[in-house]
Amino acid sequence: MITCYADWIRAGKLKVNPDWNTDRKVKFTVQDPCQLVRKTFGDPVAEDLRFVVKAVVGEENFIDMVPNRSNNYCCGGGGGFLQSGFAEARRQYGRLKYDQIIDTKADYCITPCHNCHAQIHDLAEHNGGHYHTVHLWTLICLSMGILGENERVYLGPDLAEVAMP
Amino acid sequence: MNTAIELEKAPTSRFKDKVMELLPEGGNLNACLTCGACAAGCPASGLENMDPRKLLRMAALGMDDELLSTDWCWMCSMCQRCIYVCPMQIDIPQLVFQIRKSHPRGERPKGIINSCDMALRNDTCSAMGATEEDWRFVVEDVADEVRESQAGFEDLQVPMDKSGATYFLNQNSREPVTEPDEMIPLWKILHLAGADWTYGSKGWAAENYCLFAADEENWEKIVRTKAKAVDDLGCKVWLNTE
Repeated sequence: MITCYADWIRAGKLKVNPDWNTDRKVKFTVQDPCQLVRKTFGDPVAEDLRFVVKAVVGEENFIDMVPNRSNNYCCGGGGGFLQSGFAEARRQYGRLKYDQIIDTKADYCITPCHNCHAQIHDLAEHNGGHYHTVHLWTLICLSMGILGENERVYLGPDLAEVAMP
Repeated sequence: MNTAIELEKAPTSRFKDKVMELLPEGGNLNACLTCGACAAGCPASGLENMDPRKLLRMAALGMDDELLSTDWCWMCSMCQRCIYVCPMQIDIPQLVFQIRKSHPRGERPKGIINSCDMALRNDTCSAMGATEEDWRFVVEDVADEVRESQAGFEDLQVPMDKSGATYFLNQNSREPVTEPDEMIPLWKILHLAGADWTYGSKGWAAENYCLFAADEENWEKIVRTKAKAVDDLGCKVWLNTE
């Protein structure tokens, strides 16, 4: 799906625009899903992911974690960990990812994978982190001014009413 | 001191050799340089007093009882970063998978097994048990609401079982079951991009917990059910959602 987003933006079919964030300067980082990047399509899809994110939130408002792309750390949401019953171990595992996100000082972590989304969202709640966890589709629609009222569950109060249709 | 590194016992059943027979190039399991690059970058290092290098050393030393009894195999997410950084490309995640598989099914984590079993109940493959009727209803219901209430999307199409569509899009069960409004942004994107896409009433669920459960037979069954759904509609691309 990420490659499709990038292709459609390049082709001018999705008219995304980062202007909504030029003055707000809300900062975003992105989680490279292991399954999508390291295990399947490699760094090219990680580049597409960054292309889309920057086109949507503004290049100057994107902060990468280190390490990243194919060399990223798993968040701990994969492999069935979320359903395995080992919640304490899962959160201990995720501490590395949590610290990486916090180090970016980003307000939002974009997670284009369901397992990553659930785990990174839980890591913020568990550790008292102040970042929000969002899917990429939310921000693509926000940047086109078409994100409806009921589609903003994962946005923080800062963006709850930004670029309403 | 962890009992797992006591070396008095003689090698017994050599689990590692059995795993090597299954893997291409034996998973390179005999090629370890003990450099520790795997363990240094593994978020699961330290859990259960284990790490990927240690697991492989235990396998090499024939410490099968300890190897097969550690819960660590459920705490490794098989993310493959260890392979990525390994100078010898050693397939530790497959070793982990085979350890999972060696556990009797009834003793594997219930949450994973239940999700696998649930997915086998319907051709939807939904690990949350959503049926074809549930799925069709929620998609149509949410789409109706968008068409009625959102300006510019009066003509929003959410195709179901459209033969010959380019993209067959899957969807994690969590959306239709617990947060259906999260599907709307995706539909809007597909609509504006003019994508020729469809959902399928069968095989639409993105998740496959039978893989995580190391239940190979049912993992394959679910993959085949999903692939058949794509083929039956004659779609060209099986598109995995975010």
